[in-house]
Amino acid sequence: MMGKSLNLIIRNGHIIDPSQGIDGKGDLLVEEGKIKEISQDSMLGIPNDETHEVIDANGLYVLPGLVDMHVHLREPGYEYKETIKTGTMAAVRGGFTSVCCMPNTKPVNDNETVTEFILRKAYAEGACYVYTIGAITKGQRGEELAEMGMMREAGCVAFSDDGFPVMNSLLMRRALEYSKVFGVTIISHAEDLSLSSGGVMNEGPLSLSLGLRGIPAEAEVIAIKRDIELAALTGGRLHIAHVSTAGGVRAVREAKKAGVAVTSETCPHYFTLTEEAVSDYNTNAKMNPPLRTGRDVEAVKEGLSDGTIDVIATDHAPHHMDEKLCEFDRAAAGISGLETALSLCLGLVEEGILSMTELVRKMALNPARILGMEKGSLKKDATADIVLVDPGRKFAVNSGEFVSMGKNTPFEGWQLKGGPVVVICKGRIYNMDNGNPGD
Amino acid sequence: MGETGQQLRNKDIVGIKDLSCEEIELILNTAVGFRDVLRRDIKKVPTLRGKTVVNLFFEPSTRTRTSFELAAKRLSTDVINFSVSASSVVKGESLIDTAMTIQALGADVVIIRHSSSGVPHLLARHLNASVINAGDGINEHPTQALLDAFTIMEKNGRIKGLKIAIVGDILHSRVAKSNIYCLRALGADVRLIGPPTLIPAGLIDPDIKIFHNMEAGLRDIDVVMMLRIQMERQDRGFFPTTDEYFRLWGLTPERFSLAKPGAIVMHPGPMNRGIEIVSDVADSPQSVILEQVTNGIAVRMAVLYLLSGRRG
Amino acid sequence: MPKELLDSKDMDRTITRMAHEILEKNRGVERVCLVGIQRGGVYLAKRLAEKIKLIEGRDVPVGALDIALYRDDLNIRKEYPAVRKTDIPFEITGQVVVLVDDVLFTGRSIRAAMDALMDIGRPARIELAVLIDRGHRELPVRADFVGRNIPTSHEENIAVEFLEEGGNDRVVLNQE
Repeated sequence: MMGKSLNLIIRNGHIIDPSQGIDGKGDLLVEEGKIKEISQDSMLGIPNDETHEVIDANGLYVLPGLVDMHVHLREPGYEYKETIKTGTMAAVRGGFTSVCCMPNTKPVNDNETVTEFILRKAYAEGACYVYTIGAITKGQRGEELAEMGMMREAGCVAFSDDGFPVMNSLLMRRALEYSKVFGVTIISHAEDLSLSSGGVMNEGPLSLSLGLRGIPAEAEVIAIKRDIELAALTGGRLHIAHVSTAGGVRAVREAKKAGVAVTSETCPHYFTLTEEAVSDYNTNAKMNPPLRTGRDVEAVKEGLSDGTIDVIATDHAPHHMDEKLCEFDRAAAGISGLETALSLCLGLVEEGILSMTELVRKMALNPARILGMEKGSLKKDATADIVLVDPGRKFAVNSGEFVSMGKNTPFEGWQLKGGPVVVICKGRIYNMDNGNPGD
Repeated sequence: MGETGQQLRNKDIVGIKDLSCEEIELILNTAVGFRDVLRRDIKKVPTLRGKTVVNLFFEPSTRTRTSFELAAKRLSTDVINFSVSASSVVKGESLIDTAMTIQALGADVVIIRHSSSGVPHLLARHLNASVINAGDGINEHPTQALLDAFTIMEKNGRIKGLKIAIVGDILHSRVAKSNIYCLRALGADVRLIGPPTLIPAGLIDPDIKIFHNMEAGLRDIDVVMMLRIQMERQDRGFFPTTDEYFRLWGLTPERFSLAKPGAIVMHPGPMNRGIEIVSDVADSPQSVILEQVTNGIAVRMAVLYLLSGRRG
Repeated sequence: MPKELLDSKDMDRTITRMAHEILEKNRGVERVCLVGIQRGGVYLAKRLAEKIKLIEGRDVPVGALDIALYRDDLNIRKEYPAVRKTDIPFEITGQVVVLVDDVLFTGRSIRAAMDALMDIGRPARIELAVLIDRGHRELPVRADFVGRNIPTSHEENIAVEFLEEGGNDRVVLNQE
């Protein structure tokens, strides 16, 4: 890879790196593809040198490359929705330099062969770094444990049956116990399937009014509480994916207070949209878990603010147009989220919910730490995964311009502010204004 | 040159929820003229000659489809019945493909029934033709509510202030939902009666009175509207057995006698005799169930006329 | 500026004469009924019936006919007309139906009215009574009883106003 030879000076940017407590103006030196030095001394700075490319980052934030611990890259098996190549290009365009892909591919990533296939493909074609999350159970069927040990050796950083919650409590207990051998996290898609059965949106007066079957918030809350109890019982490391409800936030908060090893994540749509987005049967607003009420949105924000929610992930779930242009009941759930996430998250900073440092923590450092990845930091000798963010850049969301193959976004036409302008990843410099990453 | 009538605002009728009170009244008033036509020896008018109406039914239905078909024929349109079985969905033709095919056939009005809520709304956005919802999932069945309102109006001369009870599976009944919107828009005092598993109290407008006891709910009402109990729901455990349902919520003459003298009983059909209603009530002089069927044609003619008559 | 062509006294005299003519032509009111076209024709038919009662001392049945469903211009109109009530509570088969309208213009409304009547029954004869004939026929239609012949241009418009609609009885000519 050409990464080794990257020599670069990023000058005058506002550097934020929660791993070192840096929040201020400075210069950043990259040599041979690694972070060499950060100088916050305006008098000294890093001297120019013709062997280094220089980027003027005046007016920009300089952040560690973002880490998305929850994406669906669809390959192998669903290449008509997305490929590793297009998905990682979308990641880079959204400011992410590392993504963790969920195992619901075809075949399911429940064995080392699939894990190796994804990692090899990603190494060759990926615009950013790809980490795999293996299935907890064979075929994600919730019947017997998958070969977690072998997948761990092949490179899996966590295990999850995302999309297919492990309903059998005994099996979930075993997973949490067994995963302790490797010190990896079990990621729970928390949903009580018997309670959510047949539902396609949040249950409430709106679901009744639209004639759509509802999923009560309790389907999430009950599942979160069960998994917390099992984590407490086993001492396994539990991470709750995409928390969408006030009750879910409360459950995680109490568990943390009680000292259970639990972390949690939410997604931009859960603090940006309410169930109202579904109102005209807009299938692009169909998610699982579903968009909830304004009260839940407030609770999620509070959870982000008080640290209950550790991570913001995208749950990037690209789908083919035909899977959204159909009956609401039949429509696929999910959002193509990588390319709008950062801008939506910057809204939280604007609103005063999070500081920039806290945001970077939740979008880079925390996910890397939870999954034990050497990412999300600008420490000396770290790989140069860097994103330069222009907080003032305004743009309208246009799914036609997404590099992701998934054009399914409920934010079409939204005016957003702030976004990545330069991404440094895998030894390359992607300038967002000059074509698409990977071109 | 003949005066210009009041107009419907949208090219489609996808739900009562989207109609104003004025629009509902316009449809009901227009239906009066068509009811008169249906009482003549020659029950057909040349009004919509040359128009094409397509009945696009993804769910089996004899009553509603026949009623729309007759309404369209009485207006001299050409009617095509396009019944889509589950098999063609299996073959892979998407809903939008089917709808586009219908449009290419030259349909002016597409009447759609589908088991998924929101399908008429989706088609309305994609088709130039007018779309009429003939029942979507558990959402709405607007023409049923309009014909029910028309029937009540004909019997009582008014709707405002009447005490109307809707009895049965409110949660899964598109008829109930359209009726609730329609009757409340017209000023009726609507109440719901049935088991709590089928009347999700927390989801319903708190202004609507809910009764779980049939006797208490029926006292002094002017109109009782029975809903069909869907037998297949039993499997999902909303109530233990149809026998128990009948014991608790079946409409018997004794219970019906608690209503106001002269109260009427309605049912959208098809009835489950012995489950939600007994024959002594269904066939009594106070039953307007067959009038509902006749009025359905008049109301559907009115809807077809008003939608065809919109411009721009 | 609207120009008043007939005031209420003029209108009354004209309607009286028309009633005489109807009686004269039909030698009384045996088998005669009046059917007004909604809405002006209905008011006029009622006036004619009142006059006939004064003159002849007998009641003639009066009906109202809505022609919206029979119009030939539905597809070229901006919007469809409102559907009003057709109320003919008597048998017209074998009867002499005097069709009544306020203004006779292209003749198209009369064609529609005759088709509508034919769907209701089979009259022995249909006669036509109009208060104003303003010319410009587009169909071979001729009135049997005419209140006034008022030649107009296409740019002009005749409005017949009735007490029942809240104004005064009068006929005015408007320039468009």
